[in-house]
Amino acid sequence: MASIPTPSQLPDDSAPGGVFGWFVAFICHIGGVVINGYDSTIRGMMALGDFTLFATRTLSWMFSRIPRRGTVWPNFYEVGVKSLPVVALTGTFIGMVLAVQSYFQFKQIGLETRLGGVINMTLLRELGPVLAATMLAGRVGSAMAAELGTMRVTQQIDALSAMGVNPVHYLVVPRFMACLFLIPTLTVMADFMGVAGGHFYSVNVLGIDIHHYWHNSAKFVTNFDLFVGLFKSVFFGAAIAMVSCYQGFNCTDGAEGVGSASTSSFVYSFVAILVLDLFLGIALDSVYFTMYPEGASLL
Amino acid sequence: MIDQFMESNDPLVRVEHVSVSFGRQTVLRDINLSIPAGQTLALLGESGCGKTVLMKTIIGLIKPTRGRVIFDDEEIQRLSDQELSRLRLRFGFVFQNAALFDSMTIGQNVAFPLMQHGNFTSRQVHDMVLSRLSEVGLPDSVVFKKPAELSGGMQKRVGLARALIMNPEIIMYDEPTTGLDPIMSDVINELIVRTRRRNPVTSIVVTHDMNTAKKIPDRVIMLMPATRLDPGESQIVFDGTVPELEHCRDRRVQQFINGEAGERLMEMRTAQNSQ
Repeated sequence: MASIPTPSQLPDDSAPGGVFGWFVAFICHIGGVVINGYDSTIRGMMALGDFTLFATRTLSWMFSRIPRRGTVWPNFYEVGVKSLPVVALTGTFIGMVLAVQSYFQFKQIGLETRLGGVINMTLLRELGPVLAATMLAGRVGSAMAAELGTMRVTQQIDALSAMGVNPVHYLVVPRFMACLFLIPTLTVMADFMGVAGGHFYSVNVLGIDIHHYWHNSAKFVTNFDLFVGLFKSVFFGAAIAMVSCYQGFNCTDGAEGVGSASTSSFVYSFVAILVLDLFLGIALDSVYFTMYPEGASLL
Repeated sequence: MIDQFMESNDPLVRVEHVSVSFGRQTVLRDINLSIPAGQTLALLGESGCGKTVLMKTIIGLIKPTRGRVIFDDEEIQRLSDQELSRLRLRFGFVFQNAALFDSMTIGQNVAFPLMQHGNFTSRQVHDMVLSRLSEVGLPDSVVFKKPAELSGGMQKRVGLARALIMNPEIIMYDEPTTGLDPIMSDVINELIVRTRRRNPVTSIVVTHDMNTAKKIPDRVIMLMPATRLDPGESQIVFDGTVPELEHCRDRRVQQFINGEAGERLMEMRTAQNSQ
């Protein structure tokens, strides 16, 4: 692309053939943009293909041979136990924030007791799973990418291969299993603490009647909503583990490479969580309205 | 000596027309090589000439762009992940920076291959680890230390102990003496010679240390970077024994042995002038 002149390098109109020069430069510029776009698309497609192969290899190793307990437990502990406090804390606060933000509007139309339904529904369907997944991507995903990236840079992953140990089976499968199996439990924690936080703020601070608060919740929130949240969380967990491990495995050399793998793992995981959330939301809504055509009503 | 090996043994490793490119950069170009069982081969060459890439291609860590590597009648590139893992149990690899697992202790590092592939009691594993560590001259007390607590030389010795623990048929050393003081370099060289004496292994040593190249191998191969050669020229500019290396008349080989910059100084000046 270096040979393509930028407008500042172009001859001015007073020079012979100036207009023609501008035209040629313009065409070159357009050509450059097209070629760059083409290059980026090809690179993106290759990365996507590579990621798909990586995911396929992980799944095939997971089902062909169960990893040893010694490699699985530390990852389960890291994901399931050590993430609990931070997930519980964010869950509590998001429940209270929901109460703060929606109280005023609902009070204006005299429906403040319906807050129970709104807060608990939002938490179970959306915020619980998405927040738990976001915290997991930030806390565990980035750490996984940085750890595997450092192992890549210091040739520890090559050393595993050289000793006849498949690095995907040894490093990726336990992390993937930990995220896949334990993110539903983190989601339950986020849901529970959010519901508790919402209750505390609505009932104890805003003074909403406790009976009506819970009566409306029970009327509006169904088991299906809990299922939706947990079902989505499994996909979020799988995406976080896969994206983070892929970034770590494909880390470029040096401290900058490890840093950028860690950052990209969070960014891509978060984007994946939101995209999956949308499509799973649409799909599960269709299932919901097929099963319960009348739907739930706040009124 | 080489002829003796070639006559007495079938080649354990055959590298046939192997080329390796990373993007537009060609690192290896049409390399042909066969290594008989039991031979100790030193791969010499300046930094960036593709020695390590060749070694990693032999063990299947890098896939060749063209050509194939055959180890004991099995084509490495055609094997599945599982088959390759099984085959690699016959290899030992000593990495340039030891590549020890920093989350594990030295004992766990050396025991790692046994724990993954063997079916041993913890007592047996413990004894085997201590015996390998004593073979490379390390005391029992290092077992509970983490790699970061050891010096570079000690880490390399741990790397050697880890590579030896599964009794491999072929050991690869990636620049075993780089970054070490002359005494420690000689200790490592001596360990490589002793390992060879004790176990009937085939060894490939990648190095640019002339002391290593003179002391250890039965056979020396010198590679030149593909970019410094004419398109049709072979990258292997020397293939012979140590005495033959010393008497080789090729100017490039002599420059490397004697550590002379030669035309590189001229290239540097040209580059400076052109800036």
